[in-house]
Amino acid sequence: MAKYLLLKHYRGAPAPANDVPMDQWTPEEISAHVQYMRDFAATLEESGEFVDGQALAPEGRWVRYDGEGRPPVTDGPFAETKDLIAGWMIIDVDSAERAYALAGELSAAPGKDGKPIHEWLEVRPFLSAPSSDLDCH
Amino acid sequence: MEDRLRELVPGVLGVLVRRGADFAAAEDAVQEALVEAVRAAEHPADLKAWLVTVAWRKFLDATRSEAARRRREDRVDAEPEPGPVSGVDDTLQLYFRCAHPSLTPASAVALTLRAVGGLTTKQIAQAYLVPEATMAQRISRAKKTVSGVRFDRNGDVGTVLRTLYLVFNEGYSGDVDLAAEAIRLTRGLAAGIDHPEVAGLLALMLLHHARRPSRTAPDGSLVPLAEQDRGRWDTVAITEGVGILQAALARDRLGEFQAQAAIAALHADAQTAAETDWVQIVEWYDELVRLTDSPVVRLNRAVAVGEADGAPAGLAALAELDPDLPRHTAAAAYLHERAGDLALAARLYADAAHRAPTEAERTHLIRQAARLNARA
Repeated sequence: MAKYLLLKHYRGAPAPANDVPMDQWTPEEISAHVQYMRDFAATLEESGEFVDGQALAPEGRWVRYDGEGRPPVTDGPFAETKDLIAGWMIIDVDSAERAYALAGELSAAPGKDGKPIHEWLEVRPFLSAPSSDLDCH
Repeated sequence: MEDRLRELVPGVLGVLVRRGADFAAAEDAVQEALVEAVRAAEHPADLKAWLVTVAWRKFLDATRSEAARRRREDRVDAEPEPGPVSGVDDTLQLYFRCAHPSLTPASAVALTLRAVGGLTTKQIAQAYLVPEATMAQRISRAKKTVSGVRFDRNGDVGTVLRTLYLVFNEGYSGDVDLAAEAIRLTRGLAAGIDHPEVAGLLALMLLHHARRPSRTAPDGSLVPLAEQDRGRWDTVAITEGVGILQAALARDRLGEFQAQAAIAALHADAQTAAETDWVQIVEWYDELVRLTDSPVVRLNRAVAVGEADGAPAGLAALAELDPDLPRHTAAAAYLHERAGDLALAARLYADAAHRAPTEAERTHLIRQAARLNARA
């Protein structure tokens, strides 16, 4: 088994095919979308492949150390930052192919007019702990 | 059985502490005794006495083995000494200890759920969505912090009430119903202390809890108060809450929990949303502003003013508040919709969704925007 992070972006991913903001959908289309996401997570929990899923607020700050005895510097949020993560799902699956297949399924969530959004999701493998039969040279 | 056991936890722990046991060690011993009780095939008639005996034995064993290992002096003799405390009920003392002002709110909540509520660390960790090891560490540090605290009089009731209210508001994740647990613990507190604000908090929890079945749709989405199916409200809980509140108010020592409960009672009293006595609700919000001077209360008051005196009055009240307040934009959207400016309301709902603190609220607000946009 290997863990993969499915990353959803507010900003930074290529534009999806069905790119209509949610407040322009009908309330029924929103309900269908929410239901699809809930069912997707429930199916993964049942198959034993779900690890974690979280959504992030769209606004955050940049923070860095500013020297001994000084409070950290905070800055932002920066509107020009290219990449803005909206949330993630962590899955534990048998192969990269399975991870891609699940990401594809998630990307098919219905949007405007009930058609798939075709949203781009970033799939990132976790660096795992070294296996016990491997020597490092 | 587990419920019956958990009800006995504070009393048993109180006895151990009164006998002079160190609080942190006593709490561990009670948890071990609970595990043994759950495993036991049969239980004696006097379950509490049995738990005290088992927990005390566990405590002595642990203390002795630790003493032997570290070549420390035995701190405890086989025959228990009465502690230095007199006149303060054991169980009450436990509430005050677990919500001691030296603890952070998160630590006070965790310690209260374990030491007073008798929940396991695993259950508390699940309820708060943190790893069990993290929660174990939090509880262990909290126990150390309050271990040396001595009580010769009751502590601050306010900190206990705030802790219980935090538990209540945490909601419903995990297999433990934290709201129901908070009600159970507040009942326990109310049984031991005669205080109108304790009664006020219990009434408030009962009245809010009574609406829970109607607060979410089957698909998990939020249902606003005005659209809830009032036939699904728990009338038994409402009757109990109103009774407790009336008795508390009759004592004429108003506090914020009684005032909040009074508002909840006025909502519960309305057969339909249209029958809500918004004028009285605004008067209670005025009391709350006087008692707390909280900006969040002022925001809720502005919405109530919009219902009592019309949306323009509500918007005028809202205009006096800091626009960065949480849910300010959502309140503005609602009031503008009531005032008939649907395009502005839709924009504000979408903006409010962007700032929503929970996913459920975000979906709810974006749905409001979509509803108005679909109409245009």
